[in-house]
Amino acid sequence: MDTAYLIQQLINGLTLGAVYALVAIGYTMVYGIIGMINFAHGEVYMVGAFLSLIGIIVMGLIGVTWVPLALLIVLILAMAITALYGWAIERIAYRPLRGSFRLAPLISAIGVSIFLQNYVQLAQGARPKPIAPVIRGGFELLTSEGGFAVTLSYLQIFIVVLTIALMIGFTYLITQTPLGRAQRACEQDRTMASLIGVDVDRTIAMTFVMGAALAAVAGMMVTLYYGVIDFYIGFLAGVKAFTAAVLGGIGSLPGAVLGGLLIGLIEALWSAYFSVEYKDVAVFAILVLVLIFRPSGLLGRPEIEKV
Amino acid sequence: MAVADLNAATRPAPATPFQAALKDAALVALVAMALAGPIVGLQTVDRGGSLTVDARFAEVAVGIVIVFFGRLGLALSDRGLRLPSYGIAAGLAAAGFLLPWPTDLLGVLAIAAGAALVIRGLAGQYGAHRQSKAALATETDEEKADRLRRLFTRGLGFLLLAAAVLLPMMPFANSYILDTAIRVLTYMMLAWGLNIVIGLAGLLDLGYVAFYAVGAYTYALLSKDHGFGFWGALPLSGLFAASFGVLLGFPVLRLRGDYLAIVTLGFGEIIRIVLLNWTNFSGGPNGIGSIPRLTFFGHPFVRNAPEGVVPFHQLFGLDFSPLHRSIFFFYLILVLALVVNVFTIRIRRLPVGRAWEALREDEIACRALGINPTNTKLTAFAIGAMFAGFAGSFFATTQSFVSPESFTFLESAMILAIVVLGGMGSQLGVALAAILVIGLTEAFRGLAEYRMLVFGLGMVLIMIWRPRGLLSHRDPTILINSGKGVRP
Amino acid sequence: MSRPLLTVEHLTMRFGGLTAINDVSFEAQAGHITAVIGPNGAGKTTVFNCLTGFYKPTVGRLTLTRPGSDQSFLLERLDDFRITKTAGVARTFQNIRLFTGMSVLENLMVAQHNRLMRASGYSLLGLAGWPSFRKAEAEAVEKARFWLNRTGLIARADEPAGSLPYGDQRRLEIARAMCTDPALLCLDEPAAGLNPRESAELNALLLMIRNDYGVGLLLIEHDMSVVMEISDHIVVLDYGRKIAEGTPAQIKANPDVIRAYLGEDDEAEGAVA
Repeated sequence: MDTAYLIQQLINGLTLGAVYALVAIGYTMVYGIIGMINFAHGEVYMVGAFLSLIGIIVMGLIGVTWVPLALLIVLILAMAITALYGWAIERIAYRPLRGSFRLAPLISAIGVSIFLQNYVQLAQGARPKPIAPVIRGGFELLTSEGGFAVTLSYLQIFIVVLTIALMIGFTYLITQTPLGRAQRACEQDRTMASLIGVDVDRTIAMTFVMGAALAAVAGMMVTLYYGVIDFYIGFLAGVKAFTAAVLGGIGSLPGAVLGGLLIGLIEALWSAYFSVEYKDVAVFAILVLVLIFRPSGLLGRPEIEKV
Repeated sequence: MAVADLNAATRPAPATPFQAALKDAALVALVAMALAGPIVGLQTVDRGGSLTVDARFAEVAVGIVIVFFGRLGLALSDRGLRLPSYGIAAGLAAAGFLLPWPTDLLGVLAIAAGAALVIRGLAGQYGAHRQSKAALATETDEEKADRLRRLFTRGLGFLLLAAAVLLPMMPFANSYILDTAIRVLTYMMLAWGLNIVIGLAGLLDLGYVAFYAVGAYTYALLSKDHGFGFWGALPLSGLFAASFGVLLGFPVLRLRGDYLAIVTLGFGEIIRIVLLNWTNFSGGPNGIGSIPRLTFFGHPFVRNAPEGVVPFHQLFGLDFSPLHRSIFFFYLILVLALVVNVFTIRIRRLPVGRAWEALREDEIACRALGINPTNTKLTAFAIGAMFAGFAGSFFATTQSFVSPESFTFLESAMILAIVVLGGMGSQLGVALAAILVIGLTEAFRGLAEYRMLVFGLGMVLIMIWRPRGLLSHRDPTILINSGKGVRP
Repeated sequence: MSRPLLTVEHLTMRFGGLTAINDVSFEAQAGHITAVIGPNGAGKTTVFNCLTGFYKPTVGRLTLTRPGSDQSFLLERLDDFRITKTAGVARTFQNIRLFTGMSVLENLMVAQHNRLMRASGYSLLGLAGWPSFRKAEAEAVEKARFWLNRTGLIARADEPAGSLPYGDQRRLEIARAMCTDPALLCLDEPAAGLNPRESAELNALLLMIRNDYGVGLLLIEHDMSVVMEISDHIVVLDYGRKIAEGTPAQIKANPDVIRAYLGEDDEAEGAVA
């Protein structure tokens, strides 16, 4: 067996996993705080990807040619605007329905998801959007006897390093800042949190905003990594990132990261050794298996019903 | 519009209602600009093999102005300034008709915003009026209103049924009308089936179309490769779809409701992927063609039948007309849809139907009453899937062609939209919604590309303003006091 | 002496590091009202949740023997809905859980689900309008009518359960539990939020259930006037342990109980809050 090939797939899988992990965090955070899935999260990621795409092209047009600066500007803008989308989704589809019946927010979020998908399709066109590689080159790590060269591209390094940096920043935010404390308080008991002066509405809104900002980063990474996006990418990425969140244990941040990496690895290895066509089926099968055998996930705690 | 009470919570004490409304509208316009500016204003286009960006700032700017005035009207109306709000509505509508817009869509948007303002205002006034009346209402008034409502729904239901039965006999019933009516009835049947799952049992199934696909493909393969007739293949397709429902539902229905939603969402997509890629089995993207067309109990709808077969028109001594087939299909789907309807009405009054509704309301209480939640949900899920399978069989035999194209998420979304609009649990409401949704998509064929956009927006707005849908009243399934309408 | 209706042996429930119930044992007899009392956080509702299967106890054995038969059920091994369905344990909830959108009568019909399900041939005979099902349904309505009369809710039977006033909702929940034909009825603070008149009516209803049906009642209650008046036997919990057990008179005189309730020092005060 060709070890070099395997190593290459592991590298690719981890890169992909970093992207899923960033999206999965959005699912897991929103779930933690309101106990509901944000069905529109996949589309938020897609919007983030499109904003990055537009940003990169505009940077080229206005002559910002130094790549690190251009990417930094695009990243910040995409995060900011995508975060605003997250905020708007919470405002429109979730907050007015907080007292409504159980399915209401889920249905309205599905509505938002359908709306966003078609909105981007209409505004930007249905065709896939390819762009030229922005970050080129990489290291050649080793070459096998068969002549297969394992490469670690600069882009992959960029993706993994950026993900790790965001994780560190994020962990700091959750554990060390007043906002993070408010979030954890709302997760435990929303009524109690509001009684002791936590602005619950604001905290929930900020959770959506942070999830969306991370999804925007994931969207930008995917734009750079695959070099082509379309309006439909949010759908499957959403299901996969959700699978990652469930696999890691929904509600758990380290779980989301672990789940994302595992899903990325599984997808890469499945595509490499079995069939590319059925990679999505494989991920879906994992979702169902996890739900059957370990619904609380790898790092999640079993839910205790309040009777 | 959807951004109702956008900053009601955080607003500091405003100077005057008008200023507050102005500030509110300005803020919403600003947010809209940030959201839409880059995505709508900068369109990526492929030029000479590489992507570049075309600016559409004028359109965005005009759109933002419409949003500003629309929100201003809404904010004024919410603060009791109805007259200025109607003024803005009139202005928007007039501008929509008169001004030369950069694209037609913006004109439509302006008119729609004006109309929405008027409707919202009137609905608000009517609601206030009703509330003031309701405070004074006596018991007899309530009873009268109740009777009137029952009479209305029953009358409307009867009227719809009569219209459906008579439709093919009307002189204007050409093949376009009949085909559209068949489409309406197919969606009605699907929506009634989904209504059992969502409306009664409260299970959010986002991949309903997958069962429709299973039914259609089962029918196609059974009738084409195994020589089954319609009446043999129909129940088998339904049963097969139901067993898919059981297989999928069993692991997931034990868990929280949201998991079901996302698993069914994924399942719908997976079925499509499998159908696309498993070419030996499903024909891949090309689908399965030349599925035997349905005959009238052995008598085909053709001008010249092969030796020994009597075509339909000869059997009845009619001249051949291609409409006969459509008329037969129409009545067939009408009967199938009515079967679903009657089934639902009856099963609601059975213990299992009551258990579904009880589960929707409070699963923990159900468990404390000894009801097996998983099995009960599973029956709802499987029955819903079975009806989708029936509808799929019908689809396969009328089209004589199935391909993965027909079973996208958009179909699921459309059926869901019908159920949501109609009022979850209301049979008549769902029927009206099916007519409305399919009718409107037919009427606005020119704007077909905006269809799903409107559905998505519609789902959000309905959840906010009328979460129980068009017809939301629920009648008890059994009465103990008073003889009126005890059990039909 | 036959076996007691319910035997709880060494019941222990831990949530992570927290021990909510610690080695509690007691018995409840058929035709008796057994009250479980104790300060807030003593673990009373957790005992109920273990008994009715919503929690699986960490340690312990819960045996239910239906009177008139030797068949025993080990509750800790049954799924929650089977505990009601086969062992005959019914319960009410501290925060009332009615099907608020359904009518009062429908609530009582849902409670008779399992019997009606069988009578309707798992819906197949029911869909056909089979006579035996119609008869079973008429009987179910009669049973519902009986309990509606007993609870004084008959006039509002066709209204949505959610539109009833609070006290009526409490009584309806008890009527609904009784429609499952339980051998043991667990009531979680049935008198909470009731005014004195309603509270007196409740006492009469519970005594009626005990005397006329021989049902064993297990009662969590804070209202000592209710507990002392109607209980045959009282179990006192504190910090998840059983600290006393006996007749109302014995409990009233027990110094440990008084200490647990009134607090002897600051430490106890803090725990009660």
